[in-house]
Amino acid sequence: MDIHEYQAKQLFKQNGIPVPEGYLATNPLEAEFAMRRLGTEIAVVKAHVHAGGRGKGGGVKLAKSPEEAAKLAKEMIGMTLVTHQTGPEGKKVHKVYVEAGSKIVKEYYLALVLDRETAGIGFMFSTSGGMDIEEVAHNTPEKIVYISVYPTTGLHAHHIREICFRAKLPPAEQKEITPILKNLYKMFLKHDYSMLEINPLIINDQGKMFVLDGKMNFDDNALYRQKDIEVMRDFMEEDVREVQASKYGLSYIGLDGNIGCLVNGAGLAMATMDIIQFSGGTPANFLDVGGGANQETVTNAFKILLSDSNVKGIFVNIFGGIMRCDVIANGIVAAAKELGLRIPMVVRLEGTNVEEGKAILKGSGLDLYAASDMADGAKKIVEMVKKK
Amino acid sequence: MAILVNANTRVITQGITGKSGEFHTKLSHEYAPRFVGGVVPGKGGSKAVLDLPIFDTVAEAKERAQANASMIFVPPPFAADAILEAIEAEIELIICITEGIPVLDMIAVKRALERSKSRLIGPNCPGVITPGQCKIGIMPGHIHKVGKAGIVSKSGTLTYEAVGQTTAMGIGQSTCIGIGGDPIIGTKYIDILTLFEQDPQTEGIILIGEIGGDAEIQAAKFIKEHVTKPVAAFIAGQTAPKGKRMGHAGAIVSGGSGTAAEKMAALEEAGCVVAKSPADIAASLKIAMERKGKR
Repeated sequence: MDIHEYQAKQLFKQNGIPVPEGYLATNPLEAEFAMRRLGTEIAVVKAHVHAGGRGKGGGVKLAKSPEEAAKLAKEMIGMTLVTHQTGPEGKKVHKVYVEAGSKIVKEYYLALVLDRETAGIGFMFSTSGGMDIEEVAHNTPEKIVYISVYPTTGLHAHHIREICFRAKLPPAEQKEITPILKNLYKMFLKHDYSMLEINPLIINDQGKMFVLDGKMNFDDNALYRQKDIEVMRDFMEEDVREVQASKYGLSYIGLDGNIGCLVNGAGLAMATMDIIQFSGGTPANFLDVGGGANQETVTNAFKILLSDSNVKGIFVNIFGGIMRCDVIANGIVAAAKELGLRIPMVVRLEGTNVEEGKAILKGSGLDLYAASDMADGAKKIVEMVKKK
Repeated sequence: MAILVNANTRVITQGITGKSGEFHTKLSHEYAPRFVGGVVPGKGGSKAVLDLPIFDTVAEAKERAQANASMIFVPPPFAADAILEAIEAEIELIICITEGIPVLDMIAVKRALERSKSRLIGPNCPGVITPGQCKIGIMPGHIHKVGKAGIVSKSGTLTYEAVGQTTAMGIGQSTCIGIGGDPIIGTKYIDILTLFEQDPQTEGIILIGEIGGDAEIQAAKFIKEHVTKPVAAFIAGQTAPKGKRMGHAGAIVSGGSGTAAEKMAALEEAGCVVAKSPADIAASLKIAMERKGKR
């Protein structure tokens, strides 16, 4: 789950990490008032979408007066922002954040990440902030300080000293960053993050440290115990079909192609996308119906596939383990009867109760191709879609 | 021989009275009768599916039923606690099927494992099977065949795919292990590769991976230096877009790392036969075995 910048800033503030003052606005008038409240000479108006790279896409601009803030808000709200993270279709801007302008003297980078290797929490710090950290890591890896902290023993003073000394921070900045590191670590554990990134962490002309922009990712598996975080979810920012699918317990990711896939298991679903491309076609989605699916789930999965007008054919690829082939077959038949199937469909069934499943499909009178294996199925659906 | 589980394994199910726990205990026990009981706090003394005895604690199950392995079906909020209980009871092999355990919970489990006598497989995995001897998990038993391929995989259904193909080709399997698709797991590829390398029944190894993390890259380095047996590999998600999480919590290409292409290149460099198509996994193993045979 992702949240908006203003929500992230609230969380930072609540956890004792300094952020510039700012207000959310959904129309130009609110933006104007927001800047009056700030009372600063300069304010930053930021388009609020779940994507990075907003500055380059024209979603972050400076206002020198409340009137200008209103004008910028008018331009941004309703526009479609395209950045390197939104994809070519972009994202529609529904609100802006008006924030006090800061006089930046230095820009640093700080992130807490889950360290898969050590099973700890990794602290990543760099004095080369404000730019793409992946580029820094690639071109000048010596500029990144990395340490791993284990929650069983916790964050200690020596960890903080190590970060400060290795990054060669002057004493005044060491003093500034110490509470930020401590509070970030506490926050990471408290809210079950999978990543907490501050870029840039700035020093202003008064020598104070502030979080100018931050990105947070939460561990979806822990949302059940993070009700305060869960309510921050903005469904408007998410793909309608992905939201719909998650309600039915399906894992769905929309893609650009025209072959709808219905598969059980994440690995097999990815492999199905792969084999469709190798056969000369393009997948319209990743869809894992999971192990606990019933006839209704399968019908709902079909509805989601068919609601995508790009879908010109369907490939069902099932290797039944927990999932029984007869359940899948019944779901397919019910969905096809309810929704009417006007596009080609290829079904490959294998595993638990495969014979029953095949018999159900055969007896249904549905116009579908029963594939002998995965390669045959992929080849066939690509052919059928191309012929249409 | 095979690895991890065999005809002498004595299994309990933690969460045996839940819907999935009960169903899969039954199927696993019917495949090979290795189950000796279950653990459900507060239901000790009663009977579970197939008349198996229920105990209140894992320690009690170990003492009274001489269990040396545990299959966990406890719901996500309580699963880490269940694993920790099994670790403290010194159960040798803990297999956690549960999907959706918070990663911070797993960090604590991982630390506990380091100083323990237990091995954890999973979580979020299909389990372990040694065909003909012992099945602990949710895989369909009937597709397996006693044989010589050792299979290790992050994905459940892709494992079945590899099993189905090796069975059809007459190669069969020694042991199949699903290590799970979560960011933090108990047993890594390298641990399993070590065991397969030492196991006389295993004549060839299939490694199935996916996008995200760098476990496959580490496995490739390990294979290059330490594995003499033929290895075939497949990586799912070759066409997955960057930044989208593909089902498994760990399956995401982030910041240009964890791509299928880099993993496949590393495995090839290590001498594995890498299948581009998921339909060619067993065929690739056959090629790998023939290549080694000729040398």
